[in-house]
Amino acid sequence: MSSNKKYWKSVEELDGNSSIVEALKNNEFVEEIPTDEFLGNKESLSFSSTTRRDFLKYVGFSTAAATLAACEGPVHKSIPYVLQPEQIIPGIADYYATSVFDGFDFANLLVKTREGRPIKIDNNAIAGAKFSANARIHASILSLYDSMRLKEPKIAGKPTSWVDVELKIKSSLADATAKGGQVVLLTNTLASPSTEKLIAEFIGKNPNAKHVIYDAVSESEALDAFESVYGERALVDYDFSKASLIVSVGADFLGDWQGGGYDSGYAKGRIPQGPQGSKKISRHFQLESNMTLSGAAADKRLAMSTANQKQALVHIYNVVAGASVAVNLDAKLKAEVTKAAQQLGAAGSKGVLVSGIQDKNAQLLVLAINQILKSEAFNTSGTRQIRKGSNEKVAQLVAAMKAGSVHTLIMSGVNPVYTLPSSKDFVDGLKKVSLSASFSLREDETASITTIAAAVPHYLESWGDVSITKGTYGLTQPTIRPLFNTKQFQDVLLSLNGAIGTYYDYIKANSASIISGSTWNQVLHDGIFVGTIPTASGGTADYSGAANALAQSKAASSYELVLYTKTGLGDGQQANNPWLQEFPDPITRVSWDNYVTVSGADAKLLELSNEIVANGGLNGSYATITTADGLKLENVPVIVQPGQAVGTVGLALGYGKKAALKEEMQVGLNAYSLYKGFNNVQSVTLKKADGEHEFACVQGQKTLMGRGDIIKETTLEIFNTKDAEIWNEQPMVSLDHKEVKATSVDLWGSFDRSVGHHFNLSIDLNACTGCGACVIACHAENNVPVVGKSEIRRSRDMHWLRIDRYYSSETTFEGDNERKEAIAGLSSSLSTFREMEQASDNPQVSFQPVMCQHCNHAPCETVCPVAATSHSRQGQNHMAYNRCVGTRYCANNCPYKVRRFNWFLYSKNSEFDFHMNDDLGRMVLNPDVSVRSRGVMEKCSMCIQKTQETILMAKNEGRVIVDGEFQTACSSACSTGAMVFGDVNDTESQVAKLAEDERMYHLLEHVGTKPNVIYHVKVRNT
Amino acid sequence: MSHIYDAPIRKPLIIGDKSYHDVTVDVAAPVEGRANKQWWIVFSIALTAFLWGLGCIIYTISTGIGTWGLNKTVGWAWDITNFVWWVGIGHAGTLISAVLLLFRQRWRMAINRSAEAMTIFSVIQAGLFPIIHMGRPWLAYWVLPIPNQFGSLWVNFNSPLLWDVFAISTYLSVSLVFWWTGLLPDFAMLRDRAITPFNKRVYSILSFGWSGRAKDWQRFEEVSLVLAGLATPLVLSVHTIVSMDFATSVIPGWHTTIFPPYFVAGAVFSGFAMVNTLLIIMRKVSHLEAYITVQHIELMNIVIMITGSIVGVAYITELFVAWYSGVEYEQYAFLNRATGPYWWAYWSMMTCNVFSPQFMWFKKLRTSIMFSFIISIVVNIGMWFERFVIIVTSLHRDYLPSSWTMFSPTFVDIGTFIGTIGFFFVLFLLYARTFPVIAQAEVKTILKGTGDNFIKARAANKDSHHE
Repeated sequence: MSSNKKYWKSVEELDGNSSIVEALKNNEFVEEIPTDEFLGNKESLSFSSTTRRDFLKYVGFSTAAATLAACEGPVHKSIPYVLQPEQIIPGIADYYATSVFDGFDFANLLVKTREGRPIKIDNNAIAGAKFSANARIHASILSLYDSMRLKEPKIAGKPTSWVDVELKIKSSLADATAKGGQVVLLTNTLASPSTEKLIAEFIGKNPNAKHVIYDAVSESEALDAFESVYGERALVDYDFSKASLIVSVGADFLGDWQGGGYDSGYAKGRIPQGPQGSKKISRHFQLESNMTLSGAAADKRLAMSTANQKQALVHIYNVVAGASVAVNLDAKLKAEVTKAAQQLGAAGSKGVLVSGIQDKNAQLLVLAINQILKSEAFNTSGTRQIRKGSNEKVAQLVAAMKAGSVHTLIMSGVNPVYTLPSSKDFVDGLKKVSLSASFSLREDETASITTIAAAVPHYLESWGDVSITKGTYGLTQPTIRPLFNTKQFQDVLLSLNGAIGTYYDYIKANSASIISGSTWNQVLHDGIFVGTIPTASGGTADYSGAANALAQSKAASSYELVLYTKTGLGDGQQANNPWLQEFPDPITRVSWDNYVTVSGADAKLLELSNEIVANGGLNGSYATITTADGLKLENVPVIVQPGQAVGTVGLALGYGKKAALKEEMQVGLNAYSLYKGFNNVQSVTLKKADGEHEFACVQGQKTLMGRGDIIKETTLEIFNTKDAEIWNEQPMVSLDHKEVKATSVDLWGSFDRSVGHHFNLSIDLNACTGCGACVIACHAENNVPVVGKSEIRRSRDMHWLRIDRYYSSETTFEGDNERKEAIAGLSSSLSTFREMEQASDNPQVSFQPVMCQHCNHAPCETVCPVAATSHSRQGQNHMAYNRCVGTRYCANNCPYKVRRFNWFLYSKNSEFDFHMNDDLGRMVLNPDVSVRSRGVMEKCSMCIQKTQETILMAKNEGRVIVDGEFQTACSSACSTGAMVFGDVNDTESQVAKLAEDERMYHLLEHVGTKPNVIYHVKVRNT
Repeated sequence: MSHIYDAPIRKPLIIGDKSYHDVTVDVAAPVEGRANKQWWIVFSIALTAFLWGLGCIIYTISTGIGTWGLNKTVGWAWDITNFVWWVGIGHAGTLISAVLLLFRQRWRMAINRSAEAMTIFSVIQAGLFPIIHMGRPWLAYWVLPIPNQFGSLWVNFNSPLLWDVFAISTYLSVSLVFWWTGLLPDFAMLRDRAITPFNKRVYSILSFGWSGRAKDWQRFEEVSLVLAGLATPLVLSVHTIVSMDFATSVIPGWHTTIFPPYFVAGAVFSGFAMVNTLLIIMRKVSHLEAYITVQHIELMNIVIMITGSIVGVAYITELFVAWYSGVEYEQYAFLNRATGPYWWAYWSMMTCNVFSPQFMWFKKLRTSIMFSFIISIVVNIGMWFERFVIIVTSLHRDYLPSSWTMFSPTFVDIGTFIGTIGFFFVLFLLYARTFPVIAQAEVKTILKGTGDNFIKARAANKDSHHE
């Protein structure tokens, strides 16, 4: 847009020597203003015709005039394009394919930009792009507009220029060479062919340099095991869709285990498929200590400590491999594990075993068992490149730093001061380093104490390439010009190497050899290139030795602390992201906190408790955690967690960050301090501490209370052998002394739905893993405000889409239903219902995404006095914010409680400091969706802005809309296929077929609301 | 009409040797005299409460409904509880002045003026809540079906909240007209007695130029009768419509066909209790014991006892129907109401509304002024809890257990409620010092029939009685 044209203001300016131009430059008024003449002469002043009264009149008039002139409407800064870019049409979104890997999360994306602003992350649906965005990646768009980002490079805390930064590093490198000091590049796992090449070149130029890779959450043991068998430092890429029997020993593969991203493959195997009467789904055994997403999805979950898991793994190895290593396992558990092991053995190549035990021997056994099974899901050729860190090398580096042998330390993408368990050693060591630089998005714990804090751009402002799995190649491309004075680590490296050109040129040149058969532009357009995947050579190791060693491992002396990462915050990189902070954990449904999860039995023993207080908020005791090594974490809030293995406690990493964080986001405790030796299992003691913690939990009632019609479920056997009426029971009523379906009795006339579109959203409870990507996608698409911890605590969350999580109060939900049916008499109902409020110690878990059900007979529509909510022809329940006066009657009368009220003004309000109050943070807002003011009701609109856009687009192009074009934010974010959106009037559409499916039911159908959201009966393969 | 025959067994309605002039003087006394210390103390307290409540309302409107304790599940709590409570209290006035007029219950004459004043003042309090409970109260006029420039945008006639708007506004206007009509001759009396020109001017305006001619009286009687006829269905309709806010919904515990009669009975119940509360104090402070007698209090206690029992039957019917329906959500709603986290509210309601009025079976208790006063307060508390129980315990645990939560009020909720009580008393205290608090013109019409001295005189001169 910029131009070098010079515009003349007057003819005089043409003459370079004009005295007037020169004079004007120096003095605004060319001629002198005769003030002295006027005011200097006292005599003439006294004879002035202006009387005192006149003077006051002038003062009065000018004051009034000035005041009036100040009364102007607010100034809206909207600047039209001087030169309209060809590709940008105001009002039309542009999409850019990109791939991201931030050292923890990775995905193949499509970034939606409007008027040059990226506003939404979508999944790249192109063939070959197999990694969908998780909740954190969806939320990363907001991190781009974080006002707490590091905005310019700093040396010793003072803003500086990039030239000075590079000079300083260069001189330090020269100094290091001269003195023979070590130069270390400490980075996260890069998985970037170009950066790796660049670093190799850097090391080539600086022979005293070395590269240390550090993963905050280590997978080092699994990498070591794989490396020792296959000779490559990488991770197996599993394909769970090919498995009919899955055994997971402590691996939360639907969560962040080995990077995550396995949910879509897993869900494929969980949707009943096949000929009528013999439909199949995979069977899933989960042996774990913490309750995880995988445990929640499992058909059979065995709660056991990691020590027991090790024994169980050896036992499974015994069964599958026919070995006979002595195991020390409780008889009852052993019998259960034997069942799983035998079925795994029987499944053969259709079986797969995964494990999250951080022990090389355990990981060797995983490889052994899968090799024996010849598991189809076990893919050792297209390995995952996203974890490379080595515990050993990081420990060596800290030791070297303490010894003073590191001269220059350049860090990128890591925050060791926060994430290292031996953080204090690192800080001490850093003092002995002559020059340290941290390339970071924010002035975090590390960047604030290094000599140089180098501001890097967000991935949405950067160039990059990434090879997530072997044989695939993705490009990261900027979607906006850098917002701040930032420079990529790679660009600085290029300059340090003395190379010419930018990193962009470098990648382009480097990619040529990788993308053979395609072009740069094509790969940039697609975001991904799939090359040939080299077949892996097999390998082996001393498996029985590993089994023996593993069987010898000792159990923790008192409690076993299992550290994990939460779905919301992961490793903690995005702790300043309010969407993620407010995202309720799928399991505990607690937001804005980490906490220690304790089993019911242990809680009783330690006198720890949770209770719901008068305003509906959840309170919990505090506990002090002390590790065997004497490390202490005080006042950790306690959540009594159903399904937590007795003798174990869980605690999430990624919280307790303080630096460069808004005050509201400084929540939780830093569990990395207990992550000693990068071992996620620590032996600890637990003690009750004084005080009560106030949680922000969005769901106080944990169980379903035997209300089996809310989440209908059945077993695969019944599903295959019985009629749908048995396992998908319809509510009946008596009409004229005949039993008829409750839904057939209607007070209202029905709408004519035959013309135009009729939208339905289908949710398959079998495929939903509770990952929460839809919740964040909805946040981004619909400008849903964040309300903060204290408001969440008061049950005022604004999420348009929530994922309800229910525990069974018996061991199964079926048991709940039976128990409720068995109630006889008043006293029995009193005691039974009270007991059913408590979850079982090892419950079944169900997730149910709930948003506005868009009822065809909506209870909200009839009660609004001003008709602010009404029905559309297309099945959507509209909400006219401008018309709403805020009586909240609609929300009260909603059986699903999905309506959300704006209790306060959430935008542009300093009380709600969650990015929506500053201009930078507001750049993420979707211009197609209005930002609601206080006092109005809001709710899911079924993304009407998206459906209308699709309709208009097709109309402009004069074509018929094809199935799959209609999407909501949630359905397009859903990588498991649980959510399918579309037009049921298009009888060929997927959603129309799903609406006719035997498993289909409506939530609370007996109320007669006739929703346009449909659910599918959950089938368990028990 | 001057005096009709009264059976000798009937007790006198006006005790003490009251002549026509005595009545005039007694009624005019509080207006013409100076306020005593107690009045000023009570007025100051009421004014302080009112101003505090006003502050809370201003805070709510300027900051948002978030200052209240409501949440995503419980969208109404103290606001609508207070609304229904105040509307209910308002019921006694119309019942006493209209229904009892049609039934020729002459004991109403001593209390109808104040009961109606109470009605109007409490409906004003009630009317406040639907407005301030809105998220955007500055747009409250949108609930009126007035021509607008939003295109053909009209109100939603399906919504019970809209019916409320009509019901309450009709009720307020009819009650006000009825009350003022009755006041005309009495204002005229005050006008005629006024000494200062200012007072004379004011009361002459208020009395609409009442002249006391026979035609005036004839029209007065006719209008009263017509208005009584109009007001009588309102006694039933207003609270029926208020109850439909709940009855037409789909929420277990709200969706109940018994609500209309149950609400009307409850309203009369609470209204009479409030009349008792106010009059027991007023008869003492304004020295009106001769007009508002123990017999009046006893009669009102009987109404309280009967309506209290009707309400009790309604509570039990609800429980029975919940069980008999076989609907699990319905059953749980009532089980939770009685035994869930808000059990204390339910049992407060039961104790106050169902058990306490049963004491009125004992004549000794229902003629005890102190006891009646206590019970009247207890009933008012109980009826507040009834509405709280219906609204909050039904909402806080409805269909989906995931949304279950609790409600607890903030200082703004409490302050606003106390503020309306203050406002109510400010109005009532001002009324007691400036208005004729007894319908003296009407009372005079029954003086010869039921006045103590006249009955005695009749008994003494039995033979000369020419009735």
